[in-house]
Formats: sequence, C-alpha cells, structure tokens
Amino acid sequence: MSLDPATVRRIARLARIGIDESDLQSLQGELNGILGWVEQLNEVNVDGVAPMVGTGHAALRIRDDVVTDGDCREAVLSNAPDVVGPFYTVPKVVE
Amino acid sequence: MNLTELTIADAAAGLRRREYSAVELVRAHTDAIAALNPRLNAYITTTADAALEAAGRADAALARDEARALTGIPLGIKDLFCTNGVRTTAASNILKNFVPPYESTVTANLLRDGAVFVGKTNLDEFAMGSANITSAFGPVENPWKRKGDEQTVLVPGGSSGGSAAAVSAGLAMGATGTDTGGSIRQPAAYCGIVGLKPTYGRCSRYGTIAYASSLDQAGPMARTVGDCAIMLQSMAGFDPRDSTSVDRDVPDYSAAVGRSLKGLKVGIPREYRAEGLSTEIEAAWQQGIAWLKEAGCEIVDVSLPHTRYGLATYYIVAPAECSSNLARYDGLRFGERVPAPTLDGMYEASRRAGFGAEVRRRIMMGTYVLSAGYYDAYYLKAQKVRTLIRRDFTESFQQVDVLLTPTAPTPAFGQGEKMDDPVQMYLNDIFTVPASMAGMPAMSVPVGLGDTGLPLGLQLIGRPFDEETLLAAGSALEKAAAFTHRPAIRAEVAK
Repeated sequence: MSLDPATVRRIARLARIGIDESDLQSLQGELNGILGWVEQLNEVNVDGVAPMVGTGHAALRIRDDVVTDGDCREAVLSNAPDVVGPFYTVPKVVE
Repeated sequence: MNLTELTIADAAAGLRRREYSAVELVRAHTDAIAALNPRLNAYITTTADAALEAAGRADAALARDEARALTGIPLGIKDLFCTNGVRTTAASNILKNFVPPYESTVTANLLRDGAVFVGKTNLDEFAMGSANITSAFGPVENPWKRKGDEQTVLVPGGSSGGSAAAVSAGLAMGATGTDTGGSIRQPAAYCGIVGLKPTYGRCSRYGTIAYASSLDQAGPMARTVGDCAIMLQSMAGFDPRDSTSVDRDVPDYSAAVGRSLKGLKVGIPREYRAEGLSTEIEAAWQQGIAWLKEAGCEIVDVSLPHTRYGLATYYIVAPAECSSNLARYDGLRFGERVPAPTLDGMYEASRRAGFGAEVRRRIMMGTYVLSAGYYDAYYLKAQKVRTLIRRDFTESFQQVDVLLTPTAPTPAFGQGEKMDDPVQMYLNDIFTVPASMAGMPAMSVPVGLGDTGLPLGLQLIGRPFDEETLLAAGSALEKAAAFTHRPAIRAEVAK
C-alpha cells in the first residue's frame, strides 16, 4: 500500500498537524518507507489469535465514587498559554 | 576520595559513617555538571541550588539518624517525569515552558526515600528515538570515545540518553529512565552502565509524560546492578492513580543481588542471532553464556519464533498509542500556542511548530493505522502479532527461568550515522522491543569492551515480576566481567 499526496494531507488534517508543500514530499517518502517495511506482518498467520490490548498484569479495579482531588483552579490554569479570568481562551468558534 | 566515582551503596554507607557530608557529595556532582554539561548536554535543566538545599536537609536527617535508603544521594531525573515546580519539557518545544504543579509517583517515591535531584536529563523528544538526536534541546554526547578517535562524537543511545550519559560520566550516581521499546536498556548498553526495565505495571506511570501507554515503564539506570536494586526498591509499588499499576508486594531486591544461580535455567533464543549482529557482540554473548555456566546455570537453547516481527509490530502499536496520547497538546490548556484565526488553524499551527519531525511522523503514522479502513489491516493485525510475541515468551518461560541475549546489535554509533532512513534507526531496538511488547522485565548489563574500545551490553529477560532473577543473574555477569572501564569524558578527569 502506498500513500499519495492527497492521503498524506488527509492524515495530517486528521492529526491536526499543519504541513506545507516542502513537508509533503519528505513525509510521503518516509511514511511509505515505514508502511512498506511493516508489510512483513502479512507473512504471519493470525487466524484465531485474539488481539493483545494490554499486558493483562493488572486486574481492572473499581474505586469508590468519591471526590479525591479538586480546589486547585490556579494550578490547573497555571500552564495555559492564554487565560481570561478563570477561563482558557480559544479563537472565535461561533460565526 | 573521588565522590563522583562512588556507587550508591558505598555512598549511602559513607554518609552514615560521616566520611563526607551530603552537601559535599551533592556539590561534587553539581560541580561536575557545571564543568561537563555544556559539552555533553546530558541535562536540559539543572537544579544545583535546590539540590544543595536538599543536601543540607539530608545532612540534618543523617545527624538525627533518620536517614532513608537514598538520603543525600544525587540522582538525575529523565525530563519525562513531572516534577513539582521544576520545568518538565519531554525535550519538546511544545512543553518548553511547562512547569508541572504536581509530582510523578516515581519521583515522589524517590524523594520520600531521601534522594536529591540534581537536574532533569535530556532525552529524545517525547521518548521517541534511539540516539538522543531528536531532542529540541540538542543532542547528547556519549562520554565514551572510540579507541584512538577523540574526534567522532558518538550517540548515547535513546531515548534515555541524557540519563545514561550523566550516570556514565559521573554527573549523577543514578538516574531514572523510561523504556517503551528499549529506551532504558539500549542507552545503558551504549554508555557502559546498568539499566533495568521492570515488568509493565511494577512502577507507576502517574505523572510520567505518556508516549505509548501499554508499553511505557519507568526504571533505574546506575553503574552497578546493586545500585539498580536500591533505586527500584524505592521506585516500584502499587499506585491507585495508575489503572495499570499492579497491586503486589515489592520484594527485597537487594537480597537478590549476589544470590546463587545454582540450577538456574538460562534460555538462549536462537532468533537473536540475527543478521547484522556484529562479531564483537556475538563474542560478548558467548562469553556471557560461559560465565553463567560457570556460575552454575544450565544453558538451554530456546526459540522465540516471532522475534523478527517485534519491531514492525512496535512501529504500528506505539505510533497508534502516541497519536492518541499526544492529541492533548492542542495549544489550549498547557504547552505552547501559535495563534491562528480559527480553532483548527490554531491546533495545526501549534502542533506543526511545537513537535519535531520524528514526533510528527509517528503521530501521522499512528493516525493512519487507526483511521477508518486501515484499522484492521494494520492496528488490529499488529495487536494479534503482539499476542504471538507474548506467547513465545510465556512458552519459553515454561522451560527456562531467564533469557540471555545481546542488548543491541552494535555498540554506540556516531552522530549523523543511520539518520537518512527512519527504518535503519528503528533497527537499533530489534533485541529490546520484543520484551517490551510482552511486558516482561529486562535488564542490560555491561560485560566488556568491543574492538573499538566501546562498552557492550547483554540483556537478561525474566518472567513477569521476577526482577529478582534478573538482579541475581545480572550481578553474576557483573562479577565475572569485572567491568571497571570508565569513559574518556568523566567528572574525575575534568577536575
């Protein structure tokens, strides 16, 4: 499987990573190189094999439904690039 | 006495005997950092003043006979662990001004036991790399030099390259690392130190900046097996704030160091005799086998047939998880922002400017393998192959107690080599990735110098939660190898 420039643009869009024309060519080559290399997995017969979704060492736990944290608004906002009062800011999203 | 050449175990004893103070011990290291870090670039952020204050408190605790296991011991902390009030960058421009308002569990455990942090060590950006060349804060220089070649700058390995270089050069007595596909073991091998990746779930991931969550695991890096045992004792343990943390007692790791190996079955997986394995590493491996035999082990040939698919599986699973984890860097709640007129435009501009090329490549790769129409062909397939990789280990551990392999196919290489093709760089992790995929504990131990005078490491892989056998077998290798070589660039020489 080989990615064309339009697909690379679409992936970048899905990943919300801006790309320009100079990025496009090198990315296309690199991603195709990696995809070509992982094609080797097609040799492996995985019929009837369950996917491994984690190492399975930890049993899922249920904790009590209680508040364990909070009252730390200043700490939460302390690394925001732009804050107005107790709010994060975003570019205008409503026309 | 040279305070930057001591082991953690010896320093802890020396502090208790009042042979030197914690302030003297820590100052020797902060002075060494001041002298050598401009060249090695092992630390992104140094915290000398805070370290000396902490050392003063350590001396007070020692005077009250209230010292704990790591009281007064200067450690480096990989800049992937959030440290309260101390900038934590993940070696990325997108976090270059991030100051966490909280402490990771692993570093909190080390602080509880009295450790003194001398700085935040350099790494590949978001731990994505095998040579510490993707850091936004510049590459790290390996303190080792090829015999007769003082010019060539070698890489320290990655991603925990700053930690490995710092420990090797005497800029810390030990350091934390994280390992997703080999990021503790491979740099430990390249820098001639010991690095231990515990079982997945042994150390909490809380407060460690995430790369691939089903693989990421913190572990110790130090100059001896015994020092790794001391550090792991502190770092490990159940943490309710990490849903994959395992609630299981932490054994006495130091007791395993030096334990008899009589009757231990050591597996030698034939698939690790892969193409591209250098003759010097093959020779070191055979030497390691002979040493373990002399120590009373039974050597057993085993087969892990899916070894060769480990890397390709990794480079689907890890980017998939990274694309999801790194979605949080949106220029909004924390991290750097590049303003744009629209919300999507702000995301795209912030992430284009904030992430380096390798991180962008992995996010895009992960986005693709998770996208509609390709999920089954790539991601689901890789998860199934991952099951087979784990099954290989589970089956071989029915025959043997531990596996012995090389850590990496070559010794440290030069900066600028293997950089044209991402796949060539990925091949460095061919021997470390399978244990990561399976969640097994593994450790690299330096066993000698190769033809060019560079350190070579061997890897031990154990059963889940059997770090003790790794420490026992690792200390036997360490004893037999009597590895006392030190790098050309080190604190002792810089004075």
